[in-house]
Amino acid sequence: MRRLQNRPHLLEVAYDATEKALQPFKKVLKPGGKMEKVFVKGEKLTKGMIFDCRMCGDCVLHSTGMTCPQTCPKTLRNGPCGGVRPNGHCEVKPEMMCVWVQAWGRSQKMPEYGKQILTIMTPVSKNLAGTSAWINDLNSDKVKKVPTGWSEE
Amino acid sequence: MKSGSRLERVLRSGRFAVTAELNPPDSADPQAVYDHAVVLSSVCDAINCTDASGANVHMSNVGVAALLARAGYDPVVQFACRDRNRISLQGDVLGAAALGVKNVMCLTGDGVQAGDQPEAKPVFDLDSITLIRTVKTMRDKGRFLSGRPIESPPKVFIGGAENPFAPPYDFRPLRVQKKVQAGVDFIQTQYCYDMPRLREFMKQVCDMGLDKKVFILIGVGPLRSPGAAEWMRTNVPGIVIPDAIIERLNGVEKKKQRTEGKKVCIEIIQEVKEIAGVSGVHVMAYKQEELVAEIVEQAGLLPRYWSREPETASNGHVASRN
Ligand code: SF4
Repeated sequence: MRRLQNRPHLLEVAYDATEKALQPFKKVLKPGGKMEKVFVKGEKLTKGMIFDCRMCGDCVLHSTGMTCPQTCPKTLRNGPCGGVRPNGHCEVKPEMMCVWVQAWGRSQKMPEYGKQILTIMTPVSKNLAGTSAWINDLNSDKVKKVPTGWSEE
Repeated sequence: MKSGSRLERVLRSGRFAVTAELNPPDSADPQAVYDHAVVLSSVCDAINCTDASGANVHMSNVGVAALLARAGYDPVVQFACRDRNRISLQGDVLGAAALGVKNVMCLTGDGVQAGDQPEAKPVFDLDSITLIRTVKTMRDKGRFLSGRPIESPPKVFIGGAENPFAPPYDFRPLRVQKKVQAGVDFIQTQYCYDMPRLREFMKQVCDMGLDKKVFILIGVGPLRSPGAAEWMRTNVPGIVIPDAIIERLNGVEKKKQRTEGKKVCIEIIQEVKEIAGVSGVHVMAYKQEELVAEIVEQAGLLPRYWSREPETASNGHVASRN
């Protein structure tokens, strides 16, 4: 399943389709609602298998080359850091490929969302850990992902 | 002027800036800091105070910076996201500013595995880019990340780092662009030993027009011996030293290796000075601070006019960097 990550374009299409498919169910999919548990299980299973998802609750996969930033040992959302080894491996875990080297490479193969790797990701809200990122996305008006004082200019 | 720091004044006046890194002491004695600072002070515009670099404990960044500010130097206090969460970082920025520090450098930080206490808990609540945006929000909007207002905002010159010598190479200039969007005022790079790579990086930076939006200082430093160079590139994260440099050091007698290392550093500075878009150099002489003065002098970067007020900017594009 992990190999799927090397088909970033396919994954971005799947992301798009899931987002559209969920829209009509917006009313029943509420944070803390009945469906949340089911979604959490489903996300853990599917995104876990494909992306090694850490259930941060604020999914930015499509902005990070369909590569989960929470798997970076420094959990960088705006990586890569300056410690990447000459062979492209991680500073912290030398046996592992740098998550951001992969993210950058994959983003180049994503015609739709690839450019988003250039936008600044906000720091992740730790209080969303373990919740469903899909439900949080559908309820972006209620779920607070961006700190109030974060200025965007 | 955003901070009025000496570094900001030198850069805005269009002069080639020199900053140097101070190796913080393993001591509670302020004299230890002054002993290190005194050899740097007359040859640089600002002094970087590291934040447990390489994940090894030393006297704290804010401690060292406050001592330097008190003595009339211009410290650049480095903050790494490794050891502090957003609550602590924002408080420390205010504290440092209150103690007279006017330059804040926002870093991701080396992983804890690099240091002598690899069992420590890494934090990384923010990353370098979100920290830059946070400090900018504090300075320009006068509020914390929570939105709560700050009575007297910290007037600081905001720095960031870049490593043009680490993969993914083609993303590095774009990452500088991201930092510019986040609000960085100046960039200091990792040690440069690979001129072709630096040229390529600076060309991209200039093509993107970033050299007009941010001051870029290139990191340089002397290598003591081939052995030390080998040790640095295997043990210190992010340092790339091409084999050719190590061979060059190996090519001279043991006694002369240190001088040769210094020579390499001076040659690099002289080349760096000529590259379009470069605003200065950042000298890091790990455990050989006494060499910094010789290097800066022999590279033709003296005198430093830091005690004088800068002339008004003569050159249009410098003045336009808001
Ligand atoms: S970004 Fe968060 S939700 Fe998305 S895959 Fe990574 S840990 Fe899971």
